Amino acid sequence: MFRNQYDTDVTTWSPAGRLFQVEYAMEAVKQGSAAIGLRSKTHVVLASVNKSNSDLSSHQRKIFKIDDHIGVAIAGLTADGRVLSRYLRSECINHSFTYEAPLPVGRLVVQLADKAQVCTQRSWKRPYGVGLLVAGLDESGAHLYYNCPSGNYFEYQAFAIGSRSQAAKTYLERKFENFPAASREDLIKDALFAIKETLQGEKLTSSICTVAVLGVGEPFCILDQKTIHEYIEALELKEEEAGDQGATMQEDPSSEAAPMEI
Amino acid sequence: MTSVQGLVASPDADSQRTLYPYVTGTSVVGVKYKDGILLAADTGASYGSTLRYKSVERIKAIGKHSLLGASGEISDFQEILRYLDELIIYDDMWDDGNSLGPKEVHNYLNRVMYNRRNKFNPLWNSLVLGGVKNGEKYLGTVNMIGVHYEDNHVATGFGNHLARPILRDEWKEDMSFEDAVKLLEKCMLVLLYRDRSAINKMQIAKITDEGTTFYPAYSLKTFWGFSSFANPTKGAEGSW
Repeated sequence: MFRNQYDTDVTTWSPAGRLFQVEYAMEAVKQGSAAIGLRSKTHVVLASVNKSNSDLSSHQRKIFKIDDHIGVAIAGLTADGRVLSRYLRSECINHSFTYEAPLPVGRLVVQLADKAQVCTQRSWKRPYGVGLLVAGLDESGAHLYYNCPSGNYFEYQAFAIGSRSQAAKTYLERKFENFPAASREDLIKDALFAIKETLQGEKLTSSICTVAVLGVGEPFCILDQKTIHEYIEALELKEEEAGDQGATMQEDPSSEAAPMEI
Repeated sequence: MTSVQGLVASPDADSQRTLYPYVTGTSVVGVKYKDGILLAADTGASYGSTLRYKSVERIKAIGKHSLLGASGEISDFQEILRYLDELIIYDDMWDDGNSLGPKEVHNYLNRVMYNRRNKFNPLWNSLVLGGVKNGEKYLGTVNMIGVHYEDNHVATGFGNHLARPILRDEWKEDMSFEDAVKLLEKCMLVLLYRDRSAINKMQIAKITDEGTTFYPAYSLKTFWGFSSFANPTKGAEGSW
């Protein structure tokens, strides 16, 4: 049943210096459907893949508005993600109440990471099984952070989490040098391309993804299906044109994605 | 029924709240000018109506971007300074390049003042908060019951009646430093003549994008030969 004798408790070290329960929580993030984020100097875009558990059910929301200047995309246990979203919302609103000013994104992310870290050091707790991409805008510009169950956090230019996210990461790594100067529209297009990479040949439709935008003079907003549909159609037209010229080289995403599927 | 006894104070129990102030400072006046904000206040503190202390600084710097001036209970002002010290230190400890500006500090003070009055335990002050952050000038006031507003010029206490009419007539956008100081001195002189708590030793502090400057306290030149000073009740028959 158990992989080994050192994973029955979050606070128990293995002789190799590992905390297995924390690693399992990190694994839960990889099981969830993909979420990606990317930013320019002025805008951040989040996108996620919507997967429903059954043909009869609707999908679960994976992108949440925290405040006008902050939003998150999650991968992993959605229930844990909602709990953390509620925490982030209350931190933001309390800050607005006291200072009548938006909470700096970096500070919110540190508070979130500290909250996750406590769960890795208490025997009666369990780590959150969710990874969060935190998109935010403050005085110092647009930011994208990744918070993971271990209590670590990182700032990124662009990042992808969840199942088959390696394919999206490969795409983003190829393109990220253009992102700082990119327009809002270009970011959305690259977000959709990155999402497409994680679908492994499955058709990208507006019903299978959610996209949210945040930028200077533009509060965090989840795009409606119709708008996403129009973006996807524009992409398909462009791809057809490129396909006619017959010079495009399609990467095989399966080899990239394989290690994630353990 | 012992718990009820704990909640209801017996009639002869000593009050643990400020029911009236003991040592008080009088008006503070603040104006916006070309490069930032100027605050002026005298350095007196009264024990009741006795002019008891002559060199109390009632204007202090708060963090990098703000100045705070206070009238009212001096000990409550000192408590407010302790709160703000803690606030600024906690903010600096993030060490992330963000810092609280005058708007944030003003809102924080408003929350503190209003919260304390809701506990029927007010901090007995009127405060003026001025500052500059990222080239943005800010000047506001908040008092012991939580009334708060922003304006191009503000004053507390008697200053509201004696200084602000002058400021409304003579204050202009983007005044030079020299003109703004002259205007403040005019206000302070009227306050000195008509406010019995005012003393002739005042201090001016300035804040710009470059930071804060406190000028040494000095006295204004007075002229007591006005005829209305000679017979103050003339034309006011029936008063004392």
